[in-house]
Amino acid sequence: MNNDIISLTVNGKDFREKKIQGKKGQTVLEVFRDNGIPVPTLCHHPKMPPYGGCRLCIVEIENMRGLPPSCTTPATDGMVISTHTERLARVRKTVLELLVAYGDHNCLFCEMNGNCELQNLVYEHGVNTIRFKTDFVPRPKDESNPMIIRDQNKCVLCGRCVRACQNVQVNGVIDVAARGSNSFITTFNNTPLMDSNCVSCGECVQSCPVGALTEKKANGLGRAWETEKVRTTCTYCGVGCQQWLHVKDGRITKVTGVEDGAPNKGRLCVKGRFGYEFIYSEDRLKTPIIKENGGFREASWDEALDLVASKFKEIIAKHGPDAVAGTSSSRSINEDSYQMQKLFRTAFGTNNIDNCARVCHAPTVAGLAKSFGSGAMTNSFSDFAKAKMILVIGCNATEAHPVAGTYLKNAVANGAEMIVADPRRIELADLAALHVPLKVGSDIAFLNAIMNVLINENLYDKEYVASCTDGFEALKAKVMEYPPEKVADIVGVSAEMIRDVARRMASVKPALLVYTLGITEHTCGMNNVMSCANVQMLLGNVGFEGGGVNPIRGQNNVQGACDMGALPNLFPGYQRVDDPKAQEKFKAAWKVKSLPDKPGIMLPEMLEGCATGKIKAFYIFGENLANTEPDIKHVEHCLESAEFLVCQDNFPTETTRFADVIFPAAAWSEDNGTFASSERRVSRVRTVSKAPGIAKPNWWIFRELARRFGQVWESDSGKDLWDNEISVLSPPFAGIKYSRIEEDGLQWPCPTETHPGTPIMHKDGKFTCGRGQFQAIDWTPPAEVPDKEYPFVLCTGRRLYHYHTRTQTGRCEGLNVLLGEETVDMSPQDAKKLNIEHGEFVRVRSRRGEVKVKAKVTDKMQEGNVWMAFHFREGCANWLTNPVFDLVTKTAEYKACAVQVEKIV
Amino acid sequence: MREKLQEVFARHHGSRDALIPVLQEIQGVFGYLPPEAMDAAARFCRISPVEVYGVATFYAQFKFDPVGRNTIMVCQGTACHVMGGARILEEVMNQLKVQPSQTTEDGRFTLETVACIGACALAPAMFVNKDTHGRMKPEKIAEILNGAGN
Repeated sequence: MNNDIISLTVNGKDFREKKIQGKKGQTVLEVFRDNGIPVPTLCHHPKMPPYGGCRLCIVEIENMRGLPPSCTTPATDGMVISTHTERLARVRKTVLELLVAYGDHNCLFCEMNGNCELQNLVYEHGVNTIRFKTDFVPRPKDESNPMIIRDQNKCVLCGRCVRACQNVQVNGVIDVAARGSNSFITTFNNTPLMDSNCVSCGECVQSCPVGALTEKKANGLGRAWETEKVRTTCTYCGVGCQQWLHVKDGRITKVTGVEDGAPNKGRLCVKGRFGYEFIYSEDRLKTPIIKENGGFREASWDEALDLVASKFKEIIAKHGPDAVAGTSSSRSINEDSYQMQKLFRTAFGTNNIDNCARVCHAPTVAGLAKSFGSGAMTNSFSDFAKAKMILVIGCNATEAHPVAGTYLKNAVANGAEMIVADPRRIELADLAALHVPLKVGSDIAFLNAIMNVLINENLYDKEYVASCTDGFEALKAKVMEYPPEKVADIVGVSAEMIRDVARRMASVKPALLVYTLGITEHTCGMNNVMSCANVQMLLGNVGFEGGGVNPIRGQNNVQGACDMGALPNLFPGYQRVDDPKAQEKFKAAWKVKSLPDKPGIMLPEMLEGCATGKIKAFYIFGENLANTEPDIKHVEHCLESAEFLVCQDNFPTETTRFADVIFPAAAWSEDNGTFASSERRVSRVRTVSKAPGIAKPNWWIFRELARRFGQVWESDSGKDLWDNEISVLSPPFAGIKYSRIEEDGLQWPCPTETHPGTPIMHKDGKFTCGRGQFQAIDWTPPAEVPDKEYPFVLCTGRRLYHYHTRTQTGRCEGLNVLLGEETVDMSPQDAKKLNIEHGEFVRVRSRRGEVKVKAKVTDKMQEGNVWMAFHFREGCANWLTNPVFDLVTKTAEYKACAVQVEKIV
Repeated sequence: MREKLQEVFARHHGSRDALIPVLQEIQGVFGYLPPEAMDAAARFCRISPVEVYGVATFYAQFKFDPVGRNTIMVCQGTACHVMGGARILEEVMNQLKVQPSQTTEDGRFTLETVACIGACALAPAMFVNKDTHGRMKPEKIAEILNGAGN
């Protein structure tokens, strides 16, 4: 160990013969940074490979010629280094003069004034005249992209943007073109940014040390010294990226990533970086609203709350507590979901509480709980980049979870082998060693065949299987029914390819498996999940860094909404409602005599109940069910049929049209709380401004309703709720307190206040439930398969530039420019057959409904499949999707239904 | 185009170190680097298209526009310079109505300059494709250009 330590001597300006220590393999600059030795840099960025371009970090090293840059010089034992000699100062000054001479560096006109590294360096080095004249010819600014302004005249060619794009986010959109003093940063073929394959993640902007790349929307809104920075957690997707909100006069001017923050290490995606100003939309709900005589009118809080309370009391008195139901928001903070389920269980007396996990990862929660004892992602996002072998199945990470996608791309860049099993040739497939274009809904057959090969060819981990798992013999018997030759037709790939996948997966240990909704949103969703678990247990990959089964959650706090017990069968912290011990505990804590002990009903049953009359009052918090549930026509009929419907939201939506009362709620960045990300990390969400009008925090609304049911709840803030209730009542979160998550969040299970959190669950195969449980599972086809009348399989999902039903992203400048309408994606072969041109309007029809959308003809699609998203009301895939559900978890089969496509003539 | 590219790729191993020879051969086939070909080369070498573009623009040898059917090269080396090479270039530019590195609208000529082609004894010199024209005078230019292939 000690052999790794090296000693260096620094003779810097203020360090007379200072001895410092570093580790072998570090560069001189890295040793300096670890020891707090200042050396000026410009092209250096700690998360990027060294570049050695700017020549400002030059040093003098005894017995070495010239002035080596410290960023590219390996540190060796015994080096004697000078950092601030007269000669170095002179050269650095000249370098800075040259940088300033070549370009148009007028700080008066620059957005980065006060936050510019060149400005600081010039000041610190006392540069006050420029001795050089150059033939610099100004270039026009590139303002084509709605998010990013490129002004090459301010560029210092440090190449940080290029490395941000190529090495960090691995998008490969920009590079240095030409050579010498003609060099410039270019896109492919030097097109404007908007015409390139740029995904507007803005990593380049964040890494630019000068004003060459700036956020268009932030221009002119405030300079560095006028703004304060507030740390928070992103409101999009389940990665849980840490953001700095730059705030001036209570308004967000721009958003940047927290460079040291987990899990994103400074990275953000286009939505996270540029999708913030929806909170300032004029469309916000600002007062409570009551439906009267077919119209809506504004009301006071007392009137609206009294009305809801009396209506719920009346219905409960007449029809019993189970005649009311509610769904919590997977987008709001933990504290809100906790409060809502508490309201339902204590005040209303029902377990009819659910959340949006029902439409996405309920099969994960239930399936992984059955296999492993805990229904959450086993590993961490940081593991993705460290993995050596990755199976990505049913997961389009670069669009749906872009920052998680960057880690997968990093892994490949670091030499990992990636196998992508997806009906579409998604972006990750281009980087993959192998793309398996399996047929929609064939996952279990595919995974069973892989296990068939692993067992038949003796490639599985016998020791792990014997010591850590149960049920191998039953699994073996089952997968023996799935030889690759037999399933090749079902899966749509050759038996050889299936063998290849199995052999590759077994060749490296551990291998990491990532999946998302391509696995769960099927009538066999839970079985799909358990099949993924089977494969990883068979290979002995669960419980190790760079391994595990990793479902990435869809919404920002869908993990949290489940954690908080916004589920019909669970109290907070995954304690069963029918467990007498849990009953006693929560009765005492919530000071109630009784709590419902039968699991309640799930979201699709609630909706259906509205239509059948079983549910009389339905409470929808922060969801837009009229667009997100399958078969919109039927969903709207259900919502219309509800006797009393309450919506609580930030905006009027397609769903609130049906409400009898609408409560206006505080949005992201208008309340303090926490989100739990996919990797079980509980991170802080902070307030920068007050909600508009008289809109109130969600937990406050629930508390006020509870008060009208005679319940007095003391907690008066997110912190009170978490520190005094949630963490006290839930063993997995017991050790998480606000004081511990001021910066990075903690990953549960975190049982005590000294526990560091759990990055990897089921460590070394010691499963939460003791031993991992193999499940012998048969393949079942989707409920609706193509036929003569409806010959195409429609698969649905998310696109990069929008989120959910666009209630947020649709109100952010620029995102609609980047993606303004829905399309139906189809293969060139099918388009040719139907005589459809790219961009032409087509009609897509299923047994439920039809939409008119433009065709997007792309070779990423396989023949016989079409693909759509659910972001836009016009052309929403859910007019077509099939309301059939996973038998156990009631998650709908969004990923497969049969449609016909025709050209509109 | 796809078939011609496949022929080029068939001679190489698909990795980033093959990029420059691949680009040279592509230029050999098409006379320049069409964007679609650079894109295909990127896929073949498993790097991003912009990296291909970055590398290609670094080297003077690669061209990004289709070249004319005839390449005129006017020497601007020391000897030619002394003997009035600049005047020759100026006259060619006037007659073709293009700047160096540009191609005439009809696609007949591409004009290039070169810093000494080694024909100093014939200074000032210009070249039409592979033919050398020495001891050039501005008056001779029209005839030489007329004599070039259509």
